[in-house]
Amino acid sequence: MRFGIVRFPGSCDEVDALAAASRVGDAVLLWHADHDLQGVDAVIVPGGFSYGDYLRAGAIARFAPVMAQVEEFARDGGLVLGICNGFQVLCEAGLLPGALLVNLSLKFVFRQVELEVVRGDTAFTNAGPSEGRLSIPVKHTTGRFYAPEAELDRLEAAGQVLLRYAPGHNPNGSLRDIAGVCNEAGNVFGLMPHPEHAVDPLGGSVDGLTIFESMRAHVEQHVLA
Amino acid sequence: MSSSTSSLDARHRQLGLTDDEYARILDRLGRPPGDVELAMLSLMWSEHCGYKHSRRLLRRLPTEGPHLLLGPGENAGAVDVGGGLAVAFKVESHNHPSAVEPFQGAATGVGGILRDVFAVGARPIAVLDSLRFGEPAASSRSRYLLERAVAGIGFYGNSIGVPTVGGEIYFESSYEANCLINAMCLGLAPHERLIRSAAAGVGNVVVLLGALTGRDGIGGASVLASAELGEGDEAKRPSVQIGDPFTEKKLLECCLELLDRELLVSLQDLGAAGLTSAASEMAARGGVGLTLDLCQIPLREADMEPFEIMVSESQERMLCVARPECVGELLAVCERWEVLATTIGCVTQGDTLQVLHRGNAVAELPVSVLVDDCPLYDLEPAPAPSDLYGSPVAVLGGSESPAEVLLALLRSPNLASRRPVFEQYDPVVQSRTIRRPDEADAAVLMLPDGSAIAVSIDGNGRRVAVDPRRGAAEAVYECSANLACVGAEPLGLTNCLNFGNPEKPHVAWQLIEAVEGLSEACEALGIPVVGGNVSLYNEAPSGPIFPTPVVGMVGKLPHASRAGRLGFACDGDAIALVGPFDPAAAGSELSKLRGEAPVGDLPDADARAIRVVHEAVRARVRSGAFRSAHDIAEGGVAVALAECAVAGGIGASVRLPGGLDPFGEAPGRGFIVSGPREALAGFVVIGTVGGDSLTIDGLLELGVSELRAARDGGLAEWV
Repeated sequence: MRFGIVRFPGSCDEVDALAAASRVGDAVLLWHADHDLQGVDAVIVPGGFSYGDYLRAGAIARFAPVMAQVEEFARDGGLVLGICNGFQVLCEAGLLPGALLVNLSLKFVFRQVELEVVRGDTAFTNAGPSEGRLSIPVKHTTGRFYAPEAELDRLEAAGQVLLRYAPGHNPNGSLRDIAGVCNEAGNVFGLMPHPEHAVDPLGGSVDGLTIFESMRAHVEQHVLA
Repeated sequence: MSSSTSSLDARHRQLGLTDDEYARILDRLGRPPGDVELAMLSLMWSEHCGYKHSRRLLRRLPTEGPHLLLGPGENAGAVDVGGGLAVAFKVESHNHPSAVEPFQGAATGVGGILRDVFAVGARPIAVLDSLRFGEPAASSRSRYLLERAVAGIGFYGNSIGVPTVGGEIYFESSYEANCLINAMCLGLAPHERLIRSAAAGVGNVVVLLGALTGRDGIGGASVLASAELGEGDEAKRPSVQIGDPFTEKKLLECCLELLDRELLVSLQDLGAAGLTSAASEMAARGGVGLTLDLCQIPLREADMEPFEIMVSESQERMLCVARPECVGELLAVCERWEVLATTIGCVTQGDTLQVLHRGNAVAELPVSVLVDDCPLYDLEPAPAPSDLYGSPVAVLGGSESPAEVLLALLRSPNLASRRPVFEQYDPVVQSRTIRRPDEADAAVLMLPDGSAIAVSIDGNGRRVAVDPRRGAAEAVYECSANLACVGAEPLGLTNCLNFGNPEKPHVAWQLIEAVEGLSEACEALGIPVVGGNVSLYNEAPSGPIFPTPVVGMVGKLPHASRAGRLGFACDGDAIALVGPFDPAAAGSELSKLRGEAPVGDLPDADARAIRVVHEAVRARVRSGAFRSAHDIAEGGVAVALAECAVAGGIGASVRLPGGLDPFGEAPGRGFIVSGPREALAGFVVIGTVGGDSLTIDGLLELGVSELRAARDGGLAEWV
């Protein structure tokens, strides 16, 4: 099982994601200007401020050369995880529904938040406690999940909402407390919290590991098997 | 290079040089300087670059230590942290730009200190900030400066992927006109990647890396940083630089790769006084000359004058020297990182900084005149009058109960929870942080071998105003105490001396006394000063700021897994009061709330006893005997107990030793620790952890939730 972590100019959490993924499998960095995914089994689009978040968070990164390969990989059913800025990039690329708006506070927020796992039977949540809670930090200025009401109804009905902020833990005003959503096919997942920053007991929580472990379990069961 | 002397006579004063200084320039050069030369000299001879009033004094600070790798004089100092790794660190001020434009001033303060650290080859791994503003309740300007400065720090640090792991904020009316924004950065490097800034190798190539050179920050060092603030400062906004963390992120990664590939001979950041200072310093340290061709420099505005190019403080630029055969690979690395790189000159024999523009030499100055001949002034001290600073507005009358006093202290802006501020900073990026703000007295960052480093920043201007010598020493004691609470041994410190106008005798006296206090404390604890910064002229028509030496200290602990915490941990644990703690009311937070001026006698400190107790606390945190440790700082024992209870989410019941002032202060001398009763044998046990309230026998009983609510509310309404 090999993870590939995209590195854009301005990515900040790519090394953190690399280290986290390395705890459950092999992991390599993928350079933004390359057209090659190096045969990885899953792609992570990491957090940070790709291209300075200038214009709009994620708006420039989606046009990076490597993203064409990531989109093709996703269309073919490959697992793609977008964390924070990566979530924004995947929304901009049209791989995920909805959009991320500036926090209601209009400020950057760092906070350790509690998340409710809405579905524990997906490629990204199968190793975690089903319907349990995860303690994972958020850190962003543009993290308020938004979609039109009808679209939100459809997402919920289709089971595409995988993570919610627990009551009282919504840090940004996300509609319906949505912290993470997947695409219809269930192979592309984006979340604002940073699971790669909850993988070491010395850091206070290891709940983020379940996301990476879930991806490994899914790949080993469905792809490599 | 010719220009009439008469027109320059007025010009040198506009540029901040005195007539005597100008005469000295004429004497050293044997001719009048040209326009570009005068602009360069005015910056290099400014207080900010030349340390005219502080350089002699700074020689007093101890700079030797067993762990020291780079001492004062380089872009940042560095200490050995074992495992072949070095930690480089430095604190620097960006006070005057922030008073004029807080968002960009604070942001570029962070950007500048980051460059200082990666200029020595270290990857920046943590930022801390020390901030001072006027009273938030009384001043909308102070609230504006606070909100925008915090936003600017977050903007830069968050975007560039360096965690902000700690800091401190105080509010006093003396900072109303002149806020303080000090930023400290730590970087990590393998020993062999540490690089110096000395240019070397005649014929080697000088390459400018990073952003375009524009008109921003023209004269920032002389116009803003070396004069008092006053009326019309709004008009100085164009002197404030604009930050672009995205460009700096690429520049940082690019420079570290250039160093890893061993393509650089030396590296230097462009900070105050831009290219003038960077080139002069590189040449001076290497004992060589440099020739620079301004026509090669990529400009943001095509019609910039030569002097503007030489003094521009455009951010996100670095200057490096490389061997000619390495330049091709160097440029290729820069292209991959999308970093602009331009060959702008070469290293020459001799001592001349030559600046060419369209084939003409617009400056030809001896490097020694630029760097070494700046006049050094002796300070003319006279003790500050006791009424130098007025009395603050009283918040408490004196008839309040101890419980009411404790709640008022916890609510006061200086002691309240900093959560509304630190939630705007990313403390975890890079995955080293194992003690975040509010979890322990110092931030703790783990290293690859399982050990860790700890860092703390501290300074209390009000106490230094009461007694500059003792107050400054206390900043060192308190930082060392903070490190002891997480189990770390101090390796070195950096300082930023924020003072008023040193030409005024009472400010000169404060400065001399404070440096003496710092020196005594450093010597007593055996901690070397690895570098720092001086910010003078922090003064408005209403008077000088409190004298504010800020100390940033770095330490080491062998096992990251044993890093201490401040909160009470286990029901039934014993609580002990540890240390030669003999507090007094003078200069305390309570004295401020009671409306008392910063005067009186600070308690004497027995440095030897302090060192012994810090070692004792450190050893017991490391062994796990202490399950919590917290130093007793502002607000005294009562506030320290409340902080331990709130952080741990559990109450305590204690009886204080007879005669102990529950709100008196003696920073760096006393600790509240908790642990199994047998582990505290030999210490003064004062109570037990447990329950959901804090009870101090005969004094007060308050619920932990009440304490938390008071503490959480104090700053939230202002941020």
